[in-house]
Amino acid sequence: MMILVLLLCCVSSAAPQESHHEHGGGHNATGIAIVSFKWHHVESPYLVAVWILVCFFGKLLIEANHKITNYIPESALLICFGFILGGIVWGADKVQTFKLTPTVFFFYLLPPIMLDTGYSMPNKLFFTNLGAILIHAVIGTVWNAATLGLSLWGCHQGGAMGNIEIGLLQYLLYGSLMAAVDPVAVIAVFEQVHVNEVLFILVFGESLLNDGVTVVLFNVFDAFVSLGGGAIDAKEIIKGIVSFFVVAFGGSLLGFVFGLLMSLLSRCTKNVQIIEPGFIFVLGYLSYLTAEMLSLSSILSVVFCGICCQKYMNSNMNENSIQTVRYAMKVFANGSETMIFVFLGISAIDKAIWVWNTGFILLTLLFILIYRFIGVFILTWMLNRYRLVPISFVDQIIMGYGGLRGAVAYGLAVNLNESKIKEKNLMVCTTLLVVYFTVILQGVTMKPLVQWLKVKRAEIAEITLIEKVQNKVFDHMLIAIEDISGQIGDNYMRNKWRNFEEKWMSRLLLKPSARKQQDHLYNVFHQLNLQDAMEYVKEGERRGSLEFIRNESAFVDFKKKLGEDYEEAMPDIMADMANDQGGASALRRDVLPTVSLEMHEQNMRGLREAEGINAHHLLDQHLYKGRKQHRYRYSRSHLDINQDENEVQEIFQRTMRSRLESFKSGKMGVAPPKTITKHTKREPQTKMPNGKNKPYHSGDEDFEFSEGDSASGYDTSFPTRVTYRAGAGIENPAFMPDLDPSSPLHIPPWLADAGMEVNPVAPSERAQVRTPGYLHRLSSLRTNTRSGETAQDRDLPTPPPHRDDDHL
Amino acid sequence: SVSAAHLLRLHQRFQLLDKDSSGSLRSEDLEAALSENPIGVRIVGAFFQLGQEMVDFPSFVRILAHFRPTEKNRTGDGVQPDPGTQMKCPSSVAFQLYDRDRDGKISRTELLQVLREMLGLQVTEEQLQSIAERAIQEANLDRDDTICFDEFRKSLEKVNINHKLSVRFLE
Repeated sequence: MMILVLLLCCVSSAAPQESHHEHGGGHNATGIAIVSFKWHHVESPYLVAVWILVCFFGKLLIEANHKITNYIPESALLICFGFILGGIVWGADKVQTFKLTPTVFFFYLLPPIMLDTGYSMPNKLFFTNLGAILIHAVIGTVWNAATLGLSLWGCHQGGAMGNIEIGLLQYLLYGSLMAAVDPVAVIAVFEQVHVNEVLFILVFGESLLNDGVTVVLFNVFDAFVSLGGGAIDAKEIIKGIVSFFVVAFGGSLLGFVFGLLMSLLSRCTKNVQIIEPGFIFVLGYLSYLTAEMLSLSSILSVVFCGICCQKYMNSNMNENSIQTVRYAMKVFANGSETMIFVFLGISAIDKAIWVWNTGFILLTLLFILIYRFIGVFILTWMLNRYRLVPISFVDQIIMGYGGLRGAVAYGLAVNLNESKIKEKNLMVCTTLLVVYFTVILQGVTMKPLVQWLKVKRAEIAEITLIEKVQNKVFDHMLIAIEDISGQIGDNYMRNKWRNFEEKWMSRLLLKPSARKQQDHLYNVFHQLNLQDAMEYVKEGERRGSLEFIRNESAFVDFKKKLGEDYEEAMPDIMADMANDQGGASALRRDVLPTVSLEMHEQNMRGLREAEGINAHHLLDQHLYKGRKQHRYRYSRSHLDINQDENEVQEIFQRTMRSRLESFKSGKMGVAPPKTITKHTKREPQTKMPNGKNKPYHSGDEDFEFSEGDSASGYDTSFPTRVTYRAGAGIENPAFMPDLDPSSPLHIPPWLADAGMEVNPVAPSERAQVRTPGYLHRLSSLRTNTRSGETAQDRDLPTPPPHRDDDHL
Repeated sequence: SVSAAHLLRLHQRFQLLDKDSSGSLRSEDLEAALSENPIGVRIVGAFFQLGQEMVDFPSFVRILAHFRPTEKNRTGDGVQPDPGTQMKCPSSVAFQLYDRDRDGKISRTELLQVLREMLGLQVTEEQLQSIAERAIQEANLDRDDTICFDEFRKSLEKVNINHKLSVRFLE
C-alpha cells in the first residue's frame, strides 16, 4: 500500500512532465507508437480511483486489528492515517495537492451517507422522540451558535485573543458553523458504543435535523457579514427567521415528495426488477441536489426521502433488489465515511492554512464543551416535564458529550469567503482542531465513559411473538383509555395516522400483492418461521446430508401465491427447491418462499444466530432428534423405541401429502407458511405407548399428530374437520412399512371419511372462506386420548358439523 | 391525585358516556365508546368490570388514574398494587385481557381469539393458528400448552409495562 501512495505522489508530481511526453508523442509523426503512456488521458478518474483505493486500504489496515479498534474508534484511526498520508504527499510535493474540497464533500461524499441514514432509520423510534429531537436540534443549535459567538466576541473584546480582525458578526457566523453536531461523526463514534436506542436516536436525530438550522444560520450570517453591520434591521432579522421555516420545512417536504415518487415508481417496476435499486440511488441523489438547487436543506431532504420510502420500497421490491439496495447503500455510506475521515486528516498537513492563535483555539474548545452541556441539561430538564419516559441524568451526560463536530463544519468553514472574512485561515484551523478533538479525543473516551457511567446499553432484541402481540394489545388498550377518557393523546394521533396511512397511502403506493401482506404480527411470525427453516436446513447439512429433505419434501415451506397453479406441486417440489430463488433473507416476504438449497448456503453464512434462540433450542431439542432417528431407524424393528418420533414423521408425511393433494384442487387461498417446529411439542404430550394397543385410539392420535405437525395445532374447542383426500401423495417407501399395522392405519385415513364421525368437527367460518378442503386441526383428538373426552363433549362455538359437506 | 380541572373534564366525559343518565356506566356504554377498537370488549371486561356491573364515577376516575405516567416510571417496574381498588399490577391486568374465563391460564383458544380480533382479515385461519402455536411455544416453559401468569410475566420482562401503560393526560 505504501507503494500505492508513493505511486500517487510520483504520479502527481510527474503529471506536469507527462504533458511533455504527450506533446512529444504527438509531434512524433514518424511511426506508430505501439504503446504510449497517456497520463493526461486518464488523469482525473485515475487519481480518484487511486485515492479511493488508498482510503479503503487504510480501512483494511485498521480493521485488521480488532484489539485496537476496541479502544480507539475507527474514525480516529482513519484521521491519523490521513495525517500520515498527508505527510507523505507533503513530503513529496511540498504542497498539499489533495485536500477535502467542499464541492467533493458536499456533492459526492455526504449524500450517500445521508441517504443510507434515512433509509435505515428506525421510523417508529424516530417519530416517537421527534419532539425531543426537534427541540434539541433547533433550540439547542441556536443556543450553541449564539453563546459561542457571543462569548468569543466577549473574550475578544477582553483582549484574550490578541490582535485579530474579527467583528461581532463574524463571530456569530463562526459560531453558527461550529454549532452543529455532525451526523457522520456521531455515527462513527456511537456505532462502536452501542448505547440504548433512545439515547442514540436523540443524539443522532438531533445531528440530522440541525442541518436545517445550520444552513439557515450560516446563510443568514453570511449575508449579514456581506451586507455589513449597518444594513441589519428588523426586516432582515424577520426574513432570517422566515427563511428558517422555509428551508427546514421546504427541505423536508421536498424529501417527502421524492420519497413518494420513489414509492410510486417501485410499484410499477415489476418488469424491470433489475433496475429497481438504481431508482433509489438516483432519486435519492436528485432529492439532495434539488434541495441544494433551491437553497433548501439538502440533508433534511435526502433523509426524509429515505424515511418516507422505506416502508413502501421494502414491501414492493423483490427480494434481491431489497438486499442489493441495503447492501450497496452500506457500501457507499461506509466508503464515503472512510474517505471523509482520511481526507480530514490529509487536509491538516498543509502549511498554507496554518495560523495559530492560542486564545481563539482554546477558548473555542472550552466554550463548545461547556455550552453544549449547559444547553443539553436545560433543554432536557424542560423536556422531561412532558415526556412519558424521562431522560436520565446519565443519558444527558452522554448526550452532551456526544455533541461531536465533524466534516460538515469543516466544509462550511472552507466555504467562507476570504475577502469578507480575513481570518478565514484561523477559522479553518480552529475548526479542524475542534474536529480532531471531538472525533479523536471524545471518540476514544466515549466508550470508557459509557462503561464507567453504566449507561443503559442496547439490548439485543430477541423477537418473540408474545411480545409483539402484547405490544399490540397495549397499543389498543391505550387507545381505548384515551377514547374513554375523551382525550386526544399520542396514541390517538398515532392511530389516526395509521388508519389514514392504511387507507390512502398504502393503497396508492403499495403493490396490491404487497398490501395484502401487511400485517405486522404476521410479518414477525413469518420472519421467525424463515429463521427456523434456515436453521433447520443448516442443521441438516451439518449432519451429513439433506437427502432426507429431498425425500421428505413436505418439510419445506410451500411456495404459494394467490392463484398459482398447483398441479405440479407434487413432483415439482423437489424441482422447486432447486430452482427457487428462495427468500432467504429473514425479513422479506414477497412470496412465501421455499427454502432454496443453494441460496440457503450463502445465506447461512450471513445469518446471525442470535435471534430465535427459543426456536433454535426447540429445533435442536425436538426436531432433529426426531428426524435423525427417523432417518436411521426406519425399520420396523426399531419402532418400539422411537415410536413417537417416527409416528410423528409418518403422520406428518401423510399430512403433507394430503395437503399437497388438496393444493391440487386449486381452491387454495394463501397457504400458510409451514412451521417446521411443529413436531416439537407433540413429543412430550404423546404418552402414546397405550395408543398402539388400541387401534381406535391410535388412529386418533395419528390424526392428532398430523394435526400437530401441520401448521398449527391446538387443543381447544376449536372445531375443525379433517378432510383427507385420497391421493397418491409422495409414496415414500421408507415410510410405508413404518405404519403401524393396527387397523385404522391400514386404511389410509384420508379415505375413511366415514370413519370421521368420531370427531365431527367443523371448520371455522374463516377457514371455510379461506381454505376449503384444507387440512384442519383435530385438536380435540388429543384431548380425547388424554382426558377421555370426545369431541362432541366439547362445546362447539363455531358452525356445526354439517358444513363439512361443503368440503368433501 | 387528580386535579380539579381534570376531574371536571372527566365528569363531563362520564356524563357524555352515560347515555341513560343513571349515574353509572354500564358495559354497553363503554363498549360503545370503543366501537372501533378491535379488543374493546375485552378491555372493558378487564378493567371496568371487576366484580361490579356498573361503574360509578369515583371508580371511573380511579381506574383511569392508574394510567397516569407518574412515579411509576421513575421507580422502575415495581408498581405497588393499589389496595384501594381491585386493580392489580399492570401485568396481571394485561393477563386478564387474554384470560377471560379467569382460570389463571391463557389457553390456546383464548390466545387465538385475541389474535383473531387483532389481526386483519387477510390473515388466514391457519396462519392465525400457527401464530398462536408459536406464541405459546415461546412462552411455554412447563410444557402444558397454556401460558400461566408467571410465564406471561417472564416473557414480557423485557417490555417495560409501566412505560407502556402510561397515557399522558392526567397531569
